[in-house]
Amino acid sequence: MSSLSPDIIAEHGLTPEEYSRIEHALGRAPNLLELGIFSVMWSEHCSYKSSRRWLKTLPTTGPRVIHGPGENAGVVDLGEGLAVVFKMESHNHPSFIEPFQGAATGVGGILRDVFTMGARPVALLDALRFGAPDHPKTRHLVAGVVSGIAGYGNCIGVPTVGGEVNFHPSYNGNILVNVMCAGIAPSDRIFTSAARGAGNPVLYVGSKTGRDGIHGATMASAEFGAEAEEKRPTVQVGDPFTEKLLLEACLELMATDAILAIQDMGAAGLTSSSVEMAAKGGSGIELDLSTVPCREEGMTPYEMMLSESQERMLMVLRPGAEGTAKAIFDKWDLDAAIIGRTTDTGRMVLTFEGRTVADLPLGPLADEAPLYDRPHHPPTPAPLLAPDSVPAPQDLKGALLALIGSPDLSSRRWVWEQYDHMVGADTVLGPGGDAAIVRIHGSERALALTADVTPRYCAADPFEGGKQAVAEAWRNLTAVGATPLAITDNLNFGNPEKPAIMGQIVAAIQGLGEAARALDFPVVSGNVSLYNETEGKAILPTPAVGAVGLLSDLSARAHFALRGDGEVLMLVGETRGHLGASLFLRDIAGREEGAPPPVDLSAEKRNGNFVRSLIEAGSVRAVHDLSDGGLAVALVEMALAGRKGAHVRLEGLPCPLHAFLFGEDQARYVIACPADGADAVVEAAKAARVPLRRLGTVGGTSLVFETEGMDPVSIALPVLEAAHRGWFPKFIDG
Amino acid sequence: MKTAVIVFPGSNCDRDVAVALRAVTGTAPAMVWHGDSVLPRTDLIVLPGGFSYGDYLRCGAMAARSPVMQAVLEAARHGTPVLGICNGFQILTEAGLLPGTLLRNAGLSFVCRTVNVEVATADSAFTRGYEAGARLRLPIAHHDGNYFADAETLDRLEEEDRVAFRYVEGENPNGSARNIAGILSRSRTVLGLMPHPERAAEPVHPSTDGRALFEGLLGVMA
Repeated sequence: MSSLSPDIIAEHGLTPEEYSRIEHALGRAPNLLELGIFSVMWSEHCSYKSSRRWLKTLPTTGPRVIHGPGENAGVVDLGEGLAVVFKMESHNHPSFIEPFQGAATGVGGILRDVFTMGARPVALLDALRFGAPDHPKTRHLVAGVVSGIAGYGNCIGVPTVGGEVNFHPSYNGNILVNVMCAGIAPSDRIFTSAARGAGNPVLYVGSKTGRDGIHGATMASAEFGAEAEEKRPTVQVGDPFTEKLLLEACLELMATDAILAIQDMGAAGLTSSSVEMAAKGGSGIELDLSTVPCREEGMTPYEMMLSESQERMLMVLRPGAEGTAKAIFDKWDLDAAIIGRTTDTGRMVLTFEGRTVADLPLGPLADEAPLYDRPHHPPTPAPLLAPDSVPAPQDLKGALLALIGSPDLSSRRWVWEQYDHMVGADTVLGPGGDAAIVRIHGSERALALTADVTPRYCAADPFEGGKQAVAEAWRNLTAVGATPLAITDNLNFGNPEKPAIMGQIVAAIQGLGEAARALDFPVVSGNVSLYNETEGKAILPTPAVGAVGLLSDLSARAHFALRGDGEVLMLVGETRGHLGASLFLRDIAGREEGAPPPVDLSAEKRNGNFVRSLIEAGSVRAVHDLSDGGLAVALVEMALAGRKGAHVRLEGLPCPLHAFLFGEDQARYVIACPADGADAVVEAAKAARVPLRRLGTVGGTSLVFETEGMDPVSIALPVLEAAHRGWFPKFIDG
Repeated sequence: MKTAVIVFPGSNCDRDVAVALRAVTGTAPAMVWHGDSVLPRTDLIVLPGGFSYGDYLRCGAMAARSPVMQAVLEAARHGTPVLGICNGFQILTEAGLLPGTLLRNAGLSFVCRTVNVEVATADSAFTRGYEAGARLRLPIAHHDGNYFADAETLDRLEEEDRVAFRYVEGENPNGSARNIAGILSRSRTVLGLMPHPERAAEPVHPSTDGRALFEGLLGVMA
């Protein structure tokens, strides 16, 4: 007998087939609470049912990997008894509906993922994508998201040290807010969620449970219609102050032996945390919902189990440790309650006011959740675009100024000055560089961190675009002198039920995997955000990559600023003038076409290892990786960072000048080295079979480009600076 | 030299200032919990930056009324130097140890950058390590750093040489009255400032200009 109508089932995002599967698993019809629990556990967001088959193909192991995907975050050994714990996660749908709270709770969620594992968070990064700057909603969304991130991260005292901001009309109805957090933990004190053993107390701690965020995971697993804003009540409200207390209290309790297993309540709240802990531990769980601390009167078991109220943790304690836990949570003024215990039944049993309100087998909720091999049409990569098929700009200087002042290339200072990027006093290099550098507290070692993806490349060729995201992250870490360790991925795509979108997903994952394998750069954590579509229009495929590297000696690090007069500028890597899918092509020539630059992974590795060896040997004074906007834009960034000009003389070019200057060929860096060390660098490059070209010298107060048959182009630094800095504040002020 | 750092729920620069104090004094400071009502014997009390009590109500308002602040007020009355950085400055104004208040930044946004600050007086235990007029590079990170007091109070602060630091003319990041970045009590033993000297104390920081503040204190106390 069932009172659940097909409408109710559909409202829970379950297909008729999935509903039959539930009935079959239970041998009866579920009640509404049970249906709700299945609906969130089987949502795309929690079950990865469309992507899991492909995610399994990614390389996830390596000599330093302590925990790969499957835990709250990935864990990688740093040596000297420490590990880095990190992950990137999306909060896309909520941030579109309510940008401040959506972004803020995105930060809160990823912080919890990291400190749940016993790590103190030390860095945040944000990869943000917005719609066209002239779309009526964009300005409001940018301002709201940035202040939401600032409001949460600044308060909790974790520096926001890097990230990305891009604009494209495909994000008009679906912005992307991908937040990455890294923390440091003792490598032998990593906490996990598997609740093994029966009869152990289950403790709830943190904010009280309210009615906010009910069905957030389901919302994140469906397309938006025109009525997206009506979903505002499903957006959670963040309280960074409580999170700070929770962070300190959890770390304090973790220093004792009280905790057997711990899981934060994120998407799908109490449901997913309790199911995951018991399922992973091969145990069972009983919760008495009458004991759950509630913010409002009269909350039903359905509301409690599906609430996504923030700043909550669930932990299984060693029996007898309740007093220790209570003393610490009292000190930090946090609500805590024993709400149940583990069992050996393999079931989740919920009681409320003395009645059993749900009794479900764990298997079908977790490991046996649906897994789909969705039909996928392999994408047709865009054709290569010959360098000379793109006409030279009439005015090279004007083109360069336009490009460095364009929405995607202008300075992001307006954004990152709102983030406390220095709290912790360990930030060695904050936002604006190739990778952020955060010192490992109390040592002379440091983490390097970056977040990268080039969605327009992924749209033109998802496989190459996936490769490129990984390669660029690797290159950014290398450019500051770090040894790349591992990555986290945040896969943002449209509706996987459409074979063309599923084709993008598959190809991008294959590209990520190929590059990760070639560069020994395993994927240790990640998140998938699908259904980023509004009224049938999907976002550009955006497989964001967050990466962490290790600087084993802080004194051997590189910065991209030009500093020393007379230093020799050189270009590492081969330039063919690849303008396909470039920013020059899109923003100056007005064309979005062509294949993205091919990624030669062996060249990446060879060139990158060469550059890192120069940094380690102290042979270079400045290093910058080349990416969006190519060589010319990189030189502007280097000049502005060091307030120092350069004279660049280009001869014997393999392609037209504008293709050389603006082409986005991969595996390239600009380096500056002392004049008396330049020959040695040339020799070293020759020995390493790394292409190297002298570009010119550092000095003066202008950036000058010279080539045969052309009057020199000279742009004064203040002119460059005004163009570069001007766009963002002007955009925000309207 | 013995030092104490008060830790409020929501403090987040407590560790950073402890690191700077230990580097200069050679001894780790006592970390004092906001609920304590007794202070250890100390030569310096530091109220660190952060978001005490979440900055709910008003920045620093609740911290100023916490149990430990009675002890801090008592110690200050007896001449123990008290240093309030950022949120600590806000707490000192809320507690009445310093005049005026810190309003929302004129630009309405949180601002984190390294700014140019001038030492307005070298006549205090906190600033004796500097030359008056010296220009420092110090990081700021705040949403409410716009110093405000009535004209009479501002005049008095200037007459009594109690402005310790000013933002360099034309580079005021938050709209503070008369470019004020930090002020002293009448006794000159309480300093509140918005910039973070503890973030400018080591070679890897944007500058090392903050270190002399702690070193100057050490010179007096030792």
